Amino acid sequence: MTTTPVRQEYEVQLEPLHSVPLERRLPLAQRLWQLGWLRKAVILVLLAVVWEGIARYQDNDLLLPSFLQTAVALWDGLASGELPAKVGVSLIILLKGYLLGIVLAFGLTSLAVSTQFGRDLLSTLTSMFNPLPAIALLPLALLWFGLGDNSLIFVLVHSVLWALALNTYAGFLGVSETLRMAGRNYGLRGLRLVLHVLVPAALPSILSGLKIGWAFAWRTLIAAELVFGASSGKGGLGWYIFQNRNELYTDKVFAGLAVVIIIGLLVESLVFDNLERLTVRRWGMQR
Amino acid sequence: MTVPLPGHAVSNLSRVDTPPLLQVDNLSLEYRTAQRVVRATHQVGFEIDRADRFVLLGPSGCGKSTLLKAVAGFIAPSEGQILLEGQAVEGPGPDRIVVFQEFDQLPPWKTVKQNVMFPLLVSGVLKRPEAEERALHYLEKVGLGAFADAYPHTLSGGMKARVAIARALATQPKILLMDEPFAALDALTRRKMQEELLLLWEEVRFTLLFVTHSIEEALVVGNRILLLSPHPGRVRAEVHSHQYGLGSLGSSDFQASAQRIHRLLFDEASVPEQAPDLDFGDIRIAY
Repeated sequence: MTTTPVRQEYEVQLEPLHSVPLERRLPLAQRLWQLGWLRKAVILVLLAVVWEGIARYQDNDLLLPSFLQTAVALWDGLASGELPAKVGVSLIILLKGYLLGIVLAFGLTSLAVSTQFGRDLLSTLTSMFNPLPAIALLPLALLWFGLGDNSLIFVLVHSVLWALALNTYAGFLGVSETLRMAGRNYGLRGLRLVLHVLVPAALPSILSGLKIGWAFAWRTLIAAELVFGASSGKGGLGWYIFQNRNELYTDKVFAGLAVVIIIGLLVESLVFDNLERLTVRRWGMQR
Repeated sequence: MTVPLPGHAVSNLSRVDTPPLLQVDNLSLEYRTAQRVVRATHQVGFEIDRADRFVLLGPSGCGKSTLLKAVAGFIAPSEGQILLEGQAVEGPGPDRIVVFQEFDQLPPWKTVKQNVMFPLLVSGVLKRPEAEERALHYLEKVGLGAFADAYPHTLSGGMKARVAIARALATQPKILLMDEPFAALDALTRRKMQEELLLLWEEVRFTLLFVTHSIEEALVVGNRILLLSPHPGRVRAEVHSHQYGLGSLGSSDFQASAQRIHRLLFDEASVPEQAPDLDFGDIRIAY
């Protein structure tokens, strides 16, 4: 067996480091690419170009109007005030149903974390109703609540409630035992424990539940209006799409669909992105 | 239990005639799993005086963490009683603040300062301005004044442990309960934290109940050590360690005490050549 030679010991006297800058800025191109909205805008522009190309190749306005034709129809609809009015009608009903769904989901999950009965109730109800498409309840809702906003709000609540309750409950279950015990240690219990500890700790799950609930509600509302548009005589965005299809204004149909998409994108990027940035990402709970 | 241990110096602390701060009588604890009830400790009794640094030491599964949780009020005794200043302990409360081992005991949605203010505000002890003042005072004490507005996820493990200690001290509890608070830290940081804890004690003279599985840590941190037998936990001995501090690490007295404790814990006739500081994992107790 050979012994390894002993290396010389040494010490280094460290001077303050001035010659190398401790921070450098990234090049402009890389900094621009870090901007999420810019990357998404590029994707949208690419999609629009592809659409325009296919539509021109197809050359059939009735089946597939081009991007520019749709843009013109959209502009006309917005300028004439017809589209904004329809969007307003739809959004007001949507918000009513969404908020009511959130309140009910919060009540149901609070009950579920505090009692065994509530847990069983929540799991039974969600497994029963979550797979049931909200739109399938519309005929029943019309029977119960008649023609009007209330029927739409009923199906909206149904579409928000179960998805949100399921996510919130899963979030509550994921809150660490240590954090719960710390809260109880300071004398928190019941609803105060839920508000002070469980809700903020489960916020990543709650936010994703809110997002899913929003998408479900929006989709349900448009579908309900398509099936049964002028519920209160005014009609929303779905009714606008349905009516224009009947009259074969395909470009207006596309404009209506574009508005559905644009509102979805706006809510996602303005409301939910900012909510996440200000809360869970700032707190290091989510990347 | 009251028989003096052979070969050990009698305490040179003058006997205090005031009643003990915390009195644990004949305490048996059980925890429930799905199928069975497990006895964690059997008829344990001890008394803690004001300004004691009382250590519960025992091998993995001896019920020392369960004992601490019972004192905190998270577990109801199945036999015996726990008296704090003559009053039976019923449920968790801010007069007994727990410092846990886990880093996630700090709510991530609160800054360091808000974390320290949290128990003061929710227990209604102080109004916001006074709570803020006291939080800053104790953060200054643990050397984190400059990090008052940082979020916990940006701190190192040692800093998080300091925040937890500052938070516990700021509520000025009757007794501070520490459940292996430094076990998740690296060896260098752990040594530093033990030193800082002793300095804080010199300054504030709080009463401490400290759970550890490290014989060395017990000797350094505590002035009295209660040795618990393996499962189920019963009192094996009470040992004095007020004569040791961080300076006595490695001295022959210290080594002799450590080996005697090791012998008592594991009921071995002869001293093995093994290092006394075995790294036992602790059982997490679900309830």
